[in-house]
Amino acid sequence: MPDDLNWAIGGEAGDGIDSTGKIFAQALSRAGRHVFTSKDFASRIRGGYTASKIRTSVDRVESVVDRLDILIALTERTVHENEEELHEDSVVIYDGERSTMQDVEVPHGATALEVPLKRLAEEAGGAIMLNVVALGAACEVTNFPIENLDESLQKRFGDKGEAIVENNKKAARKGQEYVREEFDYDFGYDVETTDEDYVLLNGDEAIGMGAIAAGCRFYAGYPITPATDVMEYLTGRIDQFGGKVVQAEDELSAINMALGAARAGARSMTATSGPGIDLMTETFGLVATSETPLVICDVMRSGPSTGMPTKQEQGDLNMTLYGGHGEIPRFVLAPTTISECFWKTVEAFNLAEKYQTPVFLVSDLAMAVTEQTFSPDTFDMDEVEVDRGKVVDENDIDAWLDEKGRFQAHFAAADGISPRAFPGTTDGAHMTTGLEHDELGRRTEDTEVRVEQVDKRNRKVETAKEEEEFDYREFGDPEADTLVISWGSNEGAMREGMELLAAEGIDVRFISVPYIFPRPDLSEEVEAAETTIVVECNATGQFADVIEHDVLERVERINKYTGVRFDADELAEEVKATLEGSTTAEVEAE
Amino acid sequence: MSSDIRFTDFKSDKQPTWCPGCGDFGTMNGMMKALAETGNDPDNTFIVAGIGCSGKIGTYMHSYALHGVHGRALPVGIGVKMANPDLEVMVSGGDGDGYSIGAGHFIHAVRRNVDMSYVVMDNRIYGLTKGQASPTSREDFETSTSPDGPNQPPVNPKALALAAGATFIAQSFSSNSQRHAELVQEAIEHDGFGFVNVYSPCVTFNDVDTYDYFRDTIEDLGETDHDRHDREQAKEKILEGDKEYMGVLYQDEDSVPFEEREGVEGSMAEIPDGAPEGAMDLVREFY
Repeated sequence: MPDDLNWAIGGEAGDGIDSTGKIFAQALSRAGRHVFTSKDFASRIRGGYTASKIRTSVDRVESVVDRLDILIALTERTVHENEEELHEDSVVIYDGERSTMQDVEVPHGATALEVPLKRLAEEAGGAIMLNVVALGAACEVTNFPIENLDESLQKRFGDKGEAIVENNKKAARKGQEYVREEFDYDFGYDVETTDEDYVLLNGDEAIGMGAIAAGCRFYAGYPITPATDVMEYLTGRIDQFGGKVVQAEDELSAINMALGAARAGARSMTATSGPGIDLMTETFGLVATSETPLVICDVMRSGPSTGMPTKQEQGDLNMTLYGGHGEIPRFVLAPTTISECFWKTVEAFNLAEKYQTPVFLVSDLAMAVTEQTFSPDTFDMDEVEVDRGKVVDENDIDAWLDEKGRFQAHFAAADGISPRAFPGTTDGAHMTTGLEHDELGRRTEDTEVRVEQVDKRNRKVETAKEEEEFDYREFGDPEADTLVISWGSNEGAMREGMELLAAEGIDVRFISVPYIFPRPDLSEEVEAAETTIVVECNATGQFADVIEHDVLERVERINKYTGVRFDADELAEEVKATLEGSTTAEVEAE
Repeated sequence: MSSDIRFTDFKSDKQPTWCPGCGDFGTMNGMMKALAETGNDPDNTFIVAGIGCSGKIGTYMHSYALHGVHGRALPVGIGVKMANPDLEVMVSGGDGDGYSIGAGHFIHAVRRNVDMSYVVMDNRIYGLTKGQASPTSREDFETSTSPDGPNQPPVNPKALALAAGATFIAQSFSSNSQRHAELVQEAIEHDGFGFVNVYSPCVTFNDVDTYDYFRDTIEDLGETDHDRHDREQAKEKILEGDKEYMGVLYQDEDSVPFEEREGVEGSMAEIPDGAPEGAMDLVREFY
C-alpha cells in the first residue's frame, strides 16, 4: 500500500458533496494527518456531476495524483467518471439498494462495497444523513478511528442543535458497524493518526487572513467565482478588527470604493476574477497616477470571456502585467502555495504603501478551492511586519510644504516616493487626479513636468528593485542540466513530479517564481541549463514569453488549458516527453 | 477646525477655465459657502469629482480632493467616508457623469445612504466635448450627435432617486446663489445621502435651457406649502414634466446613514505596527 490515501466522494451537485468532503478532511487534519483537497467538475459531459477529493498522508502532500483508493459513489456516473483512477486495491462504497445503482460495475478488480446508505441513514434519523453513513463506512475500511469524525460533525452541525449532531454520530456508526459485520475482512488500509496539530485552509481564506493580519480595514468587492471566498472570509471577521466589507454594485464600483478608502488612509483591497479584472482596468491608471496604495487580487479562472468559471487556468498574467491604457508602474505578486497566499498578501500591502502603487496579487482557482494542512506556526502572526511608508503628520508636514505653504503630494523625490498625508492632517489638503499633474497635484500639460512626473512614478519600481528582494524558490539539484520554471499553483505538483523523475534517473532543477513584476533575473540559471522548460496552465505560455524576453533565449513550454490543474504524474511524463523531443536534451534513463 | 473659516479658504489659487458666464461658477461658490457655513475646513473636507467641466471643481477648490474617472466619483466618495466618517465628503459631477455612465452607481449610492452630499451640475448638455446630447437633454434638442434631437425622453434624476429610496432630494439653481448655498448646506447637514441637482446653465452650447428659461419657469418650493416630509407630494412634484422647482423636494428625517447602521466607528487609518492583537485566533479557527 502506498503511504498516502486518496479518497473521494462524488454525486450530483446538491448532494452535499462539498460539505461531506470538508467533514472528512477536517477529521483527518484533527487526527494529525496531512490533507490536500481538490474539487472535480467533469468536463466530458454536461451535467451536475461533482466530486470532492482528498489526498492524505502522515507526510506533507502538495498535489493531486491520478489514483483513487476509496471512492464513495452516490451516483452510477461517479464510478464511470473515476474509472481510470481506480485499481485492484480500490474500494468503491455505494448503495446497491437504490434502483439506479443496481447495475454498477466496479472496474479494474476494485472491491465493490454495497452499503445500504439510505436505509441506515433512515434508521439513524433521516435519509439526509446518507453521506455520513458512507463516511462511517470509509472509516471502517481504512481503520480510521471514528471518534475523529465526531468533532468535525460537531463543527458542521453544532449550530443546528445537539440532536442533529447526535443523529449524525449515530449515522456514522451505522455505516461503520455495517461494514464490520457484513464484510469481515481486511481491506489492507491502515490510516495512521499522529499527535501533530494542523490547521486546514484554502488559498482564498489564506488571502483574507493575510489581509487582516496586514491591517487591511476596508474591502469592497463583487461576488465572482473563485474569488468570493475572500470576501466571505473577511465579512464578519474584519469587523472585529475595526474594518468593513462592502459588497459593491459592480467591480467598477468595488475598485473605486477601495481606492477612496485607501486615500482616506485605510489599508484597502479588492478581489475578483478575470471578468471583474477587465471591468476594473479603467481604474488601474488612476490608482497609479494618483499614487494610491491599493491591493488588487485576481483569483484566476478559465477565460476568455466567461470561459469556464469553475475551472483552473493561469491566463491573466498578461492582463495584470500590462492591463490598462498608458504605462502603469505596478507590482505583480503570484503566490505559489496556499501558505504563500497569506504571506504574499501581507507583502502586497507593504509594497502598496511603501511605493504608493497598485499591487496585483494573482492567485488561481486551483489554490482558491484547495484546502491544505499546515502547522499553525506557518502563519506566525508575530512575524507579520507592517510598513506604511512615507506617511507624514502635522509634526513633520512642514518639510513638505512649498514656499506658499501648499502640500507637495507628488513631490518628485529622488527615490520616486512622495510624502503621504491622510485627509484630516492639518495643512495637508491637496488635490490628486488621474490627469497629469504637477507636484501639487494640479493638472498640467507642461512637457517638462509631464516627463518629470512619469519618470518619478517609474522610479519607484527602480527603487523597489534595489530595496526589495524579488527572489524565487528553488528545489532539486542546482547542477542539473534540466531547468524547470513555473509560477503560481503548479509548485506542489512539480515538486512531486521531480521526485518521480528522480526515481527514473532524471535530475531536475526547479525554480518556482512568486514575482511576476518585478521578477528575478533568471539569465544565469537558464544559461547554465541545457534545457529550460516553463510550466504553466495556459495555452500560449505567457510566463514563458516574459522569460524569453528577459534571457534572450528560447525555452521549452509545458502548457495545460483543459481547465484541470496539473497533477504530479502528468508533469513528470510531460517533462520526460519534452526532454525526449528537445534537440538540446539528453535523457538519462535508468 | 477653526471657527473663523471663510468660504474663500476653500478656494485654490488656480483660475477656473470655465467659459465666462458658466453656471458652474455659482454652483462652486455655493458649495464653498455651504462648507464654511457648516463649520468645515479644507483639512477635514474631501471633494470627489468625475470627468467633464464639473469634474474640474476639485482643482479650483482647496481641500483634500480626488478627480477620478468618468462616472465613478460616487464609489470613491463612499470609500472615503466609510474609511473615515469624521471627514466631510462631498461628491460633485455633471449630468453625463452622474446620470449616464454613472447612473448605476447613482442608484446604489442613493440606496446605500452614506452620509455625504452629492451636487450634480445639470446643464443638459455635454460641454467639454463641445455640445452633444446628455441624458437630461430634451427629446427634441438638436446637437451635433442628435441632429433631430435624441428622440428619447430625458432621465429624471429626482424620480430615480425617489424610487431608489433617497432620504434627501433637492433642486437648486446656480444663479440664485443665496438659495443654492442654503440647499447645499441642508444636504451637508442631512444625516445620509444629500442629493442636490443644480441647474447650472451652459452658455456656450445650450441655447434652450438658459438662465432666462430657468428664471422664468422655476418655482421656489420654500414659498409654497410643499411638505418636504411627504413622499406623495414629492412624487407628484417630481413627476410633473413641465415644471421646474427649487428647494427641498423630499427629506426623510428618520434617515440613519449606512456607515452608522454598519457600525463604523472613526477612522480606519490607524493600524498597529504588526498583526493586530488576537490575530492568532484567526489561525486557530482552522483547527
